[in-house]
Amino acid sequence: MNSAKSTVPFKGTPEQEAQLLSVIAEKKDTQGALMPILQKAQEIYGYLPIEVQKIISNNTGIPLEKIYGVVTFYAQFSLYPKGEYTISVCLGTACYVKGSGDIYDKLQEKLGIAGGECTPDGKFSLDACRCIGACGLAPVLTVNEDVYGRLTVDDVDKIIAKYA
Amino acid sequence: MENITVKVNGAEISVPKGTTVLEAAHMAGFEIPTLCYMKEINEIGACRICVTEVNEGRGFRLVAGCVYPCSNNMEILTSSPKVIESRKKTLELILSTHDRKCLSCVRSGNCELQKLAKDYGVEDASVYDGIKNEYEVDNSAAHMYRDNNKCILCRRCVAVCSKTQGIGVIGANERGFKTYIGSAFDMGLGETSCVSCGQCIAVCPVGAISEKDYTKPVLEAIADPSKTVLVQTAPAVRAGLGECFGLPIGTNVEGKMVAALRRLGFDKVFDTDFAADLTIMEEANEFLDRVKNGGKLPLITSCSPGWVKYCEHYFPDMTENLSSCKSPQQMFGATAKTYYAQKMGIDPKDIVMVSIMPCTAKKFEIGREDQSAAGVPDVDFALTTRELGRMIERAGINFLGLEDEKFDDPLGISTGAGVIFGATGGVMEAALRTAVYTLTGENVTDLPEVRGTDGIKEATYNVAGMDVKVCVASGLANAREVLEKVQKGEADYQFIEIMACPGGCVNGGGQPQQPMSIRNFTDLRAERAKVLYNLDASMPLRQSHENPAVKALYDEFLENPGSHKAHEILHTSYVKRKIND
Repeated sequence: MNSAKSTVPFKGTPEQEAQLLSVIAEKKDTQGALMPILQKAQEIYGYLPIEVQKIISNNTGIPLEKIYGVVTFYAQFSLYPKGEYTISVCLGTACYVKGSGDIYDKLQEKLGIAGGECTPDGKFSLDACRCIGACGLAPVLTVNEDVYGRLTVDDVDKIIAKYA
Repeated sequence: MENITVKVNGAEISVPKGTTVLEAAHMAGFEIPTLCYMKEINEIGACRICVTEVNEGRGFRLVAGCVYPCSNNMEILTSSPKVIESRKKTLELILSTHDRKCLSCVRSGNCELQKLAKDYGVEDASVYDGIKNEYEVDNSAAHMYRDNNKCILCRRCVAVCSKTQGIGVIGANERGFKTYIGSAFDMGLGETSCVSCGQCIAVCPVGAISEKDYTKPVLEAIADPSKTVLVQTAPAVRAGLGECFGLPIGTNVEGKMVAALRRLGFDKVFDTDFAADLTIMEEANEFLDRVKNGGKLPLITSCSPGWVKYCEHYFPDMTENLSSCKSPQQMFGATAKTYYAQKMGIDPKDIVMVSIMPCTAKKFEIGREDQSAAGVPDVDFALTTRELGRMIERAGINFLGLEDEKFDDPLGISTGAGVIFGATGGVMEAALRTAVYTLTGENVTDLPEVRGTDGIKEATYNVAGMDVKVCVASGLANAREVLEKVQKGEADYQFIEIMACPGGCVNGGGQPQQPMSIRNFTDLRAERAKVLYNLDASMPLRQSHENPAVKALYDEFLENPGSHKAHEILHTSYVKRKIND
């Protein structure tokens, strides 16, 4: 079961809400309106936390659960914002056989979040990615634009400390 | 309609065009098993238990019989070796992620999955065991729990919640192997706008959804000599309880039920029908008062706690339209702990009031605010028909062999108007009988316009020169349709009866579960309602205002309907809630 509500405080602005409401007003009476509304909402907010899904539910009459069901079904939607530092661990074949799965697990444990989530302070978000073309350095992870290669599980603490 | 010819297992039959393979097989006397399929409600062909071999001229192949339409000259094989093998494999795959604690499961013995596993000769339920998802049991709602470890993802609960009831607080989250049924953001059901109707429980094929069982504390109270344990039984229970003991749907077991409750050790066995009559006295009075004095109309009944909670969440602006009358269950408890306690010289604190209800929302209702006339909760435990069935079984009572017995006096005395409360339209009919009498002095009985299982019924009655427009709705999606019409000014009813469950209490969320193989072809609502209307027709008194025990209650204690005292004891208040708070 995916963990519940995003713990990063919601920082939506009245402008964002107005923008979302106009998207809803424009689309809500067309068939299959939910997908395009969700896509626009994610463009506006960057992610789809409970606050945003409630706005959509209250203004379309679509039950919140139905919206949540769609959001969790499609990989394109995220319940969590991106952190100040986005950590991406390559789980492509080469990195994976070199132990990136363990590094990914260690990061989840260390940050206290699951893949796809963001730490409550908004600092780090964690994702798994496919091959980034640095197989020679496997296993590889990136923090924003910085690339770290030839890693072991023990390197995780040092890398996080650098950004904390 | 145009007919086509199909061959089911070699026998030719003629069926209307559009008939599904499942229906054609049924007509030919062969049952095709189903798990996800619910006629008109969940036709998704997802579980693949209904696979059937059909030949439309291009050789035999497997199709989902529940949704696949027959074509002319189609050959159908409902139990060929290929069919049996496929169904067995599907069962093995479902079982591979199913929490197979059958020994301790509440559904053991009437589980649709268990029966299929036996029917299809599944010898090793763990043959495909592998990774399993593990879920916490959701205990957050007052009336039920959900255990996803036993869920088979058939989505029947999702379909009744969103389609029949128009609520949709549960649905499928995530995808693929991670798919599970839950609420938005994994909120507990108790945090959502679930109305506690329990229709999801009634349709669950397995033990993934069940009511919270309070039989243990009830038995403990019975065993405590310092407590006077009273029980009341709702009208619809007598029309359903027999099904727990294998009796045909639509068997009246009132007498046996009373006998069984006495053998379970309840001090007095009373009838909610008494309080139904009392409700009519108060509600008919409230209706006439609102009509005469320009009160808020339409008046809407408040007997169904699932409906009341729905109104509070989804139509908070209409809570003023709700009758301020407590439901019969609560009126009964309030009367027992005030009037009856005083009469018998018992401290209300020593009374344990147990109710047997066809309903799960009653478990929520007993904990509501403003439901404690004697300073203690009006009702202490609300058990479902199913829980009573379990208690009787556990106590080793030979239910089928019991001689009929009668309810105790005085709170076991009732009229035909009280007993029809259990069917959609019954409250309306009972209220009209008394309202007509009050206005004209005439006794009317049968009002066929408000009877029957239609989701929405309308009628206009001319009473003492006044046109009374009434509407009866059951099932909350139907209720929504009616209320939206009222809000838009498209309907000018004066009186509306709404029941949360389709068909009313006889089809309540607390009634015995019937497998979908029966539900898809039998109208439970109609069969069970017949019991109540037959009882009504057979009773010497059929008007609530003629109930001698109700008259005595007013003479000795409450004065008259709508009195200050009646308001304190028998009326309540409502909360305005939101959908997504």
